[in-house]
Amino acid sequence: MTSAHVHATVPATTPNQVPVYRKWLDYFTFNPDHKVIGIQYLVTSFIFYFMGGTMATAMRTELATPSPDFVTPEVYNSLLTLHGTVMIFLWIIPAGAGLANYLIPLMIGAQDMAFPKLNALAFWMIPPAGLMLIASFFLEAPQAGWTSYPPLSLVTGKVGEGIWIMSLLILGTSSILGAINFLITILKMRVPSMGLHDMPLFCWAMLAVAALVLIGTPVLAGALILLAFDLLAGTAFFNPTGGGNPIVYQHMFWFYSHPAVYIMILPLFGAISDILPVHARKPIFGYRAIAYSSLAISFLGLIVWAHHMFTSGTPAWLRMFFMIATMVIAVPTGIKIFGWIATIWGGKIQLNSAMLFAIGFISMFVIGGISGVMVASVPFDLHVHDTYFIVAHLHYVLFGGSVFGLYAAIYHWYPKITGRMLNETVGIFHFILTFIGMNLTFMPMHELGLLGMNRRIALYDPRFTDLNLVCTVGSYILAFSTLPFLLNAVASWFLGTPAGDNPWRALTLEWMTTSPPPIENFEIIPVLTTSPYDYGVSTHNSAGDGSVFSPEPVLSDDSSVTLQPEPDSVVADNTTDRQVESYAVASLIVDRQPENRADEPAVESSVPNGSSSSLQVESEPAGAINFDDR
Amino acid sequence: MKIPSNISALLVGITLTLVSLWIGQNHGLLPIAASKEAELVDELFNAMMTISVGLFLLVQGVLIIAVFKFRRRPGDLTDAPPIHGNIPLEILWTAIPTVIVLLISVYSFDVYQKLGGFDPNAIGDSGAVQVAMLPGEELSTPLINPSKTNPTHKHLALGIGASPEAEGKPADLVVNVMGMQYAWLFTYPEIGTTTGELHVPLGKDIQLNIKAQDVLHAFWLPEFRIKQDAIPGQESQLRFRPQRVGEYPVVCAELCGPYHGGMVTKLFVENQQDYDNWLHTQIASHDPGQTVIALGANPPSDTDFLAPFVSELGVTNEILQQLNPHYPA
Repeated sequence: MTSAHVHATVPATTPNQVPVYRKWLDYFTFNPDHKVIGIQYLVTSFIFYFMGGTMATAMRTELATPSPDFVTPEVYNSLLTLHGTVMIFLWIIPAGAGLANYLIPLMIGAQDMAFPKLNALAFWMIPPAGLMLIASFFLEAPQAGWTSYPPLSLVTGKVGEGIWIMSLLILGTSSILGAINFLITILKMRVPSMGLHDMPLFCWAMLAVAALVLIGTPVLAGALILLAFDLLAGTAFFNPTGGGNPIVYQHMFWFYSHPAVYIMILPLFGAISDILPVHARKPIFGYRAIAYSSLAISFLGLIVWAHHMFTSGTPAWLRMFFMIATMVIAVPTGIKIFGWIATIWGGKIQLNSAMLFAIGFISMFVIGGISGVMVASVPFDLHVHDTYFIVAHLHYVLFGGSVFGLYAAIYHWYPKITGRMLNETVGIFHFILTFIGMNLTFMPMHELGLLGMNRRIALYDPRFTDLNLVCTVGSYILAFSTLPFLLNAVASWFLGTPAGDNPWRALTLEWMTTSPPPIENFEIIPVLTTSPYDYGVSTHNSAGDGSVFSPEPVLSDDSSVTLQPEPDSVVADNTTDRQVESYAVASLIVDRQPENRADEPAVESSVPNGSSSSLQVESEPAGAINFDDR
Repeated sequence: MKIPSNISALLVGITLTLVSLWIGQNHGLLPIAASKEAELVDELFNAMMTISVGLFLLVQGVLIIAVFKFRRRPGDLTDAPPIHGNIPLEILWTAIPTVIVLLISVYSFDVYQKLGGFDPNAIGDSGAVQVAMLPGEELSTPLINPSKTNPTHKHLALGIGASPEAEGKPADLVVNVMGMQYAWLFTYPEIGTTTGELHVPLGKDIQLNIKAQDVLHAFWLPEFRIKQDAIPGQESQLRFRPQRVGEYPVVCAELCGPYHGGMVTKLFVENQQDYDNWLHTQIASHDPGQTVIALGANPPSDTDFLAPFVSELGVTNEILQQLNPHYPA
């Protein structure tokens, strides 16, 4: 088995600090602690997920019959507009940012994000923007879809459209501020012993996401500001009646909004890369391939936007270029999927809720990926563009991908965040309901689209009734499936089994501190002596004592591990971060232990701990760094 | 990890291939293909479907096998053997998808060309028909004054032009299509008549010049597998050759307002005789110079003509006014 010890050498005079924990009130304040902000993001976005889900359920109820009888077509169009906007900008993107906020500093051994107050500011822009957007529903709701194409967006639901633009501008700003923070934090705040290639893959994914946000979002902001001028000031940037060109808006919109798909899925790619090895007890297969494929997806994601415009004002050569670029994205994505499959193949899989959702993620995302390659082909897209085939495709990517990934991440990191375990039985029930509901809702939509049902319609041809009814039933199951999860999450927070520091016996740094972590995360600055995925390395190592090893993996050799005598200058400059820990050096040593020790509390540990990892604080002279071949 | 190479893996591979091939050809998911071009698209879809089914079964099969075969036994706290990667295997699963997507790209490119996607002068040089158009350098400017025409000017068109065998030849029939909330309006410039339903003769090369009056629309013929957005201020084109007599839906595929779902009409593909008969009922006089021809005493304006269709959709004049102040009431 694998067990990790943090050997710390601290001055004998160090007082045994009692970790400080948060009061509930802290979660409602402008608090610079990344863990508070992470939870704020996650809870807020989940509330918006419920709102977006309610809208979806109302839409599916309307679509149970061909005629518009449940809501008027106008209301239906506002529902589809707000459903899309809420799910993208207020659920998946902020939920990914929440995960990143909570996890990145912990994963890289930092005490907080690089700019804690900016971080809090980025979060606190979301609730007002979200509430504005929801409020627009009760004024004069936007009805032009989440894409808000002019000229339609200039002539329907003008008040709501104005609010929609303002809301998105605020959310975009929040996103940019968050991305700056992630980028700087990942690049500059890692513990000195952690090279780029020792980072958990989630950090690589967030690096790619941050780059996309920083490049893409300003272009969307530009488009939205021009649209606002057209709407409010009567200019004609996009309005053809005044000489404008609506196609320009589409280019600017998709220049951000296609990368937005990767902003929504890449964090979960990263999370899945971290979840699978833990529960399969096996190193990630092809660390570098998966890390670099995130960057490749990020780059390619920037040059495929016009595939959303194949039937629009896109000339032939542009269609062909964007077709090929889009096809090529399947390659790095495929590398990840095959890498994940090879990771669990031959592993020792613990099929708990987190793992079920992670495997469900691969299974569902593959379907979305396959249909993605299909719609990349221009001749086929000319048929299915703007049909339910696209609705099916995007929901397999964003629900089967992003939402399954978010659920997997929540099940996986909930013990760390709250210090308590989620109920497994309810979790598995939740997975089964979600899986059935998802496929029942979205699978028939492929066929509907192929047969000729266009999207964004409140009334449809009666020959599509049967399949639509199946979708509606599926959507009810899906709506219901969130309830067991919600109950589980709320109840377990108070009543769940205490998790201990490292219930999954994971190797990444966030598990090397208490659950929940103390305010500045680590009692001592941890020093890395193992790569984040060295499962089974020590037990299968032929080296005698096993305390020091050199795994020499093929694609994830960690030669870049360097121990520096001094912390990163950024860390060093921040004196409040340092306190006594700055000269304490901890070293993670993976060693071989008898298996029966795993469930015993480590006697020598300084923190309560029911798992295999323990914090050993030894009173040794400072500088006695416990490492050999690194 | 070794690349599986034993006999059972081979058998599984053969079965997988055969199942994929069978499903790829017999999925029955697509509606009737009513043109030769649609059949080309269907063949492309079938090919992609074959690959997709193979990949789908492979991935889901491996996942299911892994979940059952590699479960942790209760109480087993050991780790699995540490395999960090396998470069030949990783190169293999990078190279194979690369080759596959490039093949699909080349195939799609070929189909796109056969559809007429590369017809370079799709709009500019379409024969003696009176077509509202813009010179190429003004492609992105609005269609304020459609009388400014330049029939010999060649420029990059939007949409699908002549298929390679018909390239350079004018279409047999040109119909001007105007999308408006929430109807399609078809004008036959040769005879000057305007209708709300599209009638075309079987086996002829049909060219649709598509415009939009108010907001974006998209002209979609599901049975012909073609779609093109109708863009206000910019003309686009679809060219196709119907091969089956029948009645097919014409669908607006771009969100154009609350009643977007009701913006449907019919395409009638008729043999020459029926088409001529229909044409006869439409024609009162052959006056090529005139765009609106007299059917009765008072030629109906577009608005009058469409009024029944509009009222059928439950749209009042107020709604239209509200939606578009420029709508000619």
